[in-house]
Amino acid sequence: MVLFHVLKAGFFTTVQDLGRYGYLKYGVPISGAMDTFSMIVANLLVANNPNDACLEITLIGPELRALADTQIAVTGGEISVKINGREMPMWQTLTVHKGETVSLGKVEKGCRSYLSVRGGINTPIVLGSRSTYTRGKFGGIEGRPLKAGDIIHGFDVSSLETCLKMPENMIPQFSNEFTVHVVLGPQSYMFTDKGIETFLSSEYKVTLESDRMGYRLDGPVVEYKDKAEMVSDALLPGAVQVPRDGRPIVIMRDAQTTGGYPKIAVVVSSDLDLLGQAKPNSTIRFSRITLEEAHERFLEYRKKLSSLAQKLIAVS
Amino acid sequence: MKLESKDIEEAALDQIYPSARYLPFGDAALVVEFGNVIDLAINRKVVALNETVLRANIQGIEETVPTYRSLLIRYDPAKITYNHLVAKIREIEKSLMDRPLEEKGRKFIIPVVYGGVYGPDLKDVAEYHGLTEDQVIEVHYGRFYRVYMIGFVAGFPYLGEVSEEIATPRLETPRLKVPAGSVGIADKQTGIYPCEAPGGWRIIGRTPLKLFDPNWQPPALLRPGDIVKFTPISEEEFKEFFEANAH
Repeated sequence: MVLFHVLKAGFFTTVQDLGRYGYLKYGVPISGAMDTFSMIVANLLVANNPNDACLEITLIGPELRALADTQIAVTGGEISVKINGREMPMWQTLTVHKGETVSLGKVEKGCRSYLSVRGGINTPIVLGSRSTYTRGKFGGIEGRPLKAGDIIHGFDVSSLETCLKMPENMIPQFSNEFTVHVVLGPQSYMFTDKGIETFLSSEYKVTLESDRMGYRLDGPVVEYKDKAEMVSDALLPGAVQVPRDGRPIVIMRDAQTTGGYPKIAVVVSSDLDLLGQAKPNSTIRFSRITLEEAHERFLEYRKKLSSLAQKLIAVS
Repeated sequence: MKLESKDIEEAALDQIYPSARYLPFGDAALVVEFGNVIDLAINRKVVALNETVLRANIQGIEETVPTYRSLLIRYDPAKITYNHLVAKIREIEKSLMDRPLEEKGRKFIIPVVYGGVYGPDLKDVAEYHGLTEDQVIEVHYGRFYRVYMIGFVAGFPYLGEVSEEIATPRLETPRLKVPAGSVGIADKQTGIYPCEAPGGWRIIGRTPLKLFDPNWQPPALLRPGDIVKFTPISEEEFKEFFEANAH
């Protein structure tokens, strides 16, 4: 069922769901929403499955004309949402009528926003997911970002009777400074104590060479003991590589699945969403925690996600 | 086609760890390392461990990624603890230790059009080694290669080992775009780009064969342990095949 006609695509807008799992061994990265939490909330606000496909909006949002009556929600980085010129709130179910124009502005805080549609976006499922993998040119809309003229399809579903909203105190706030928690290793032994100390106590700037594949950071050089290369092995989102020049690279969701730069630390799962909201010129600090602490946070995060649906408030 | 013993490099004993190292990879993955070099014996251990772990169907393991010298195991911390996972994998590692590692790799012949526009680095590789281009080509397709891992981009096979006669370091400055199907050399590895990607490998030819298709199950043609032999084809043949396979 046709849902939207894309009038303006926005800076870099792709169809994403929670990711493509199980294919790393074939060289296929996980992809999926960079801020999973925000995407899940967007889906729950239109009573979708958490894994239904949404639009991930980067820095500048799209303009869409509705080709059918539908309901949407916009979450993630702070962005202005207008329906036929009228300002609408984020983090809430919004009703859109056929013919109306949905315009999203610039992401003012954070980097990425999410737009869900009731029933989810309908694109072919490729290797178990609707997430877009641009390097492989598959997933989402023809394996590429949105462009003007695209038609976004949905599913024929009943509309949600009760509109929902996210409680104010649960809405994540984003600034330009990020502190993320890491577990050291697997190759932390290749760095000097001074190098590790530098890494854990410095502020790193996200450079312009940053995208869904990874963030290149600028800041104090991380010192190696000896060699700065190793035999290529597997990468996962959150891994922090340090190339020979000593400036860390944080691996993100569309990255190559293997690499030969040693990894000093890995950002914990529960902080990946936050990381996904860091844009160029933001700063990142890395805070070390133990594996046990990381697992505690993991379980808390899981609990938070699974109880989200009940926390949403009905809006009259 | 049996691998000749001369094609198998002697295992560098001091770079194979006597028993595997177990390292946390963040909070939801474990890396099991067998050594720190590219080595046939090490890679065979990775492949064997991977296959055995998958068959064991351990609750909590989400997926595995076999690489040159280590196996990454992604797990769900809500379903299995790190220590319990390590204990289970150690058991499996131990059970494999004294067993001879056979491989059930499949065998592939991959057609390649060498040189010209398809192999922009062939001339440099030849010059680097004081050989003619034809000699480089002959050496390249003159031996079997084993797939060590699939990584970098979807379906990209890392093949080893390239003869010292033509082993050449990567480009100083990688290309922004390497055409799909390109066959390259990087030191002692040879590989094939299944899709257009940036790359620093020395490109000596191109194959019309498709190595990856998201509609296949599994989506990649090759996997670790498979054996590959290249065979030269003409430009006409390449074009025919290429049309048929539509990259």
